[in-house]
Amino acid sequence: MEDNLEYLNINSGLYKTRINPRFRNRKKYKPADPKLIYSFIPGVIVEILVHEGQKVKLGDELMILEAMKMKNRIKCSLDGTIKKIVVKQGAKVPKGTLLIELE
Amino acid sequence: MPDNKKIRELKEKREKLLLGGGEQAIEKQKAMGKRTARERILGLLDKDSFNEYDLFVEHDAHDFDMDKKSLPTDGVIIGTGTIYGAPVAIFAQDFTVAGGSLGLMHSRKITKIMDHALKMRMPLIGINDSGGARIQEGVNSLAGYGEIFFRNTISSGVIPQISVILGPCAGGAVYSPALTDFVFVVDNISKMFITGPEVIKTVLGEEISMEDLGGARVHSEITGNAHFFAHSEEECFEQIKKLVTFIPWHNGKKARPFEPAEPLKEYNINKIMPEDPTHPYDIKDVIRAIADNSDFFEIMELYAKNIVIGFGRMGGKTTGFVANQPLEMAGVLDVDSSDKAARFIRYCDAFNIPIITLVDLPGYLPGVDQEHAGVIRHGAKVLYAYSEATVPKLTVILRKAYGGGYIAMSSRHLRADFVFAWPTAEIAVMGPEGAANIIFRKEIMSAPDPEQMRKQKVEEYKMKFANPYVAASRGYVDAVIEPSETRRILLHSIEISDAKDVPMPAKKHGLPPF
Repeated sequence: MEDNLEYLNINSGLYKTRINPRFRNRKKYKPADPKLIYSFIPGVIVEILVHEGQKVKLGDELMILEAMKMKNRIKCSLDGTIKKIVVKQGAKVPKGTLLIELE
Repeated sequence: MPDNKKIRELKEKREKLLLGGGEQAIEKQKAMGKRTARERILGLLDKDSFNEYDLFVEHDAHDFDMDKKSLPTDGVIIGTGTIYGAPVAIFAQDFTVAGGSLGLMHSRKITKIMDHALKMRMPLIGINDSGGARIQEGVNSLAGYGEIFFRNTISSGVIPQISVILGPCAGGAVYSPALTDFVFVVDNISKMFITGPEVIKTVLGEEISMEDLGGARVHSEITGNAHFFAHSEEECFEQIKKLVTFIPWHNGKKARPFEPAEPLKEYNINKIMPEDPTHPYDIKDVIRAIADNSDFFEIMELYAKNIVIGFGRMGGKTTGFVANQPLEMAGVLDVDSSDKAARFIRYCDAFNIPIITLVDLPGYLPGVDQEHAGVIRHGAKVLYAYSEATVPKLTVILRKAYGGGYIAMSSRHLRADFVFAWPTAEIAVMGPEGAANIIFRKEIMSAPDPEQMRKQKVEEYKMKFANPYVAASRGYVDAVIEPSETRRILLHSIEISDAKDVPMPAKKHGLPPF
């Protein structure tokens, strides 16, 4: 029973116990950064509508991500400039891939 | 009998049909390490108890040249029999006939035996081994699934429903097992998913094997869809048979009593609790030190191990055990363990099984992922399930019972019939460290040695509140007992609760936080 025992802090109490994988592998919370645009669903980048250095406004369409036969318009999250386009047209992207950096 | 020819004819017809999809298909089934549907039924039921119906049913499809094809039994075997004398209705999909695919007549056979089980008030066992909908039969196949799901739902809480996944069970087909009480899976044989690996790959570009997507281990450890994991079909059948001994035939009955038996001597209840209250022990040792014969039949052993659920017997009577497990995640309540416990509590309540709750938890698991996963909604299920349960509810607080966790774990306030506590119990609004930090914040901060003062205040709090006597002084705890008295007093409580009757306000149904 002494195998794999670690300390777990619950409300300032330290308890000797086993830690489960779901807890160990939990995603650390990161606040959303409006300068970074990620894919919200896996799919294919069928069209890129902007170029690096271009001035953009909140709500402008940046690219089209096709997923599950739907063409999703990826929109701009702030008024600013396209700093970097990370993906190429035709790229197959998993969920959570960085697509565009803004500034 | 003047007409021997006709008898012979019947025998020949039967013999042919008993082979299902034929010898070649049977060989293929065996090559996959699987038994045939018929072997499975005969292996599960008492010897010579199986009676089959609808052996002569054929499919009724005409499109895509189906009218030129014969599908013996239409790919499913149905009937009734007994397990240790208990009546059961059973169906087993036959993968050797058109991959066990579900067409209209196939579904009608299943719904016939389901109707029978509900009408006759007997447990239903479904053995699933099917490629899914029979595409050639189109919407008729979908209608078939819908009719099955409806019956699963209507029968829920009236008769026990057991699903055994012994092959693929994909797409809509998975929802029948999901609606039943207990799902059994076998390593390397069971596969359950809504969308298979191929579609996931084409549509989403994610590659995964069938086993990693929806194999027996995945559903036992990660999703919580399965309740019993076995390494072989044989082991799986032994588990099913054992389960049947613990449950009643329907909700108007109690489970069959067994001969009472004392726990085994090797489980010494006085020696389980460690000296240091922050150190773990195996709660299953406590259950085994209490239950008849030390026999504890655990359910969902591999899922959310921080709570332990399962059946045992007390004085020969089936009893449900719900217990925090300090050995895993300090026994906290979280999203998964709440789901696991709540469903089991409702099962026990539906089928007249008294519940013994063993409490030792520091509270709920903190964290962004838990909050965002809905620990409020899921945690509420435990409160709901205990509050609405009208079967005898007996609680023993062994050690920590802090805050919301104390309330949730079958407290007096949720109408536990008897609440006992060991002298090691710490029933408080939170752990001593956390409580002292809040209550004595100013004194600690302004002390010349804050750390020393903090330690002193924690000790003070422990002395005053980390015990069972404050709760006992308000009557929230009925008796503080020695560990060695636990079994005797629980036996007595169950004995005298036998005729418990609690009227509830009339309603169509409540709204548990699903």
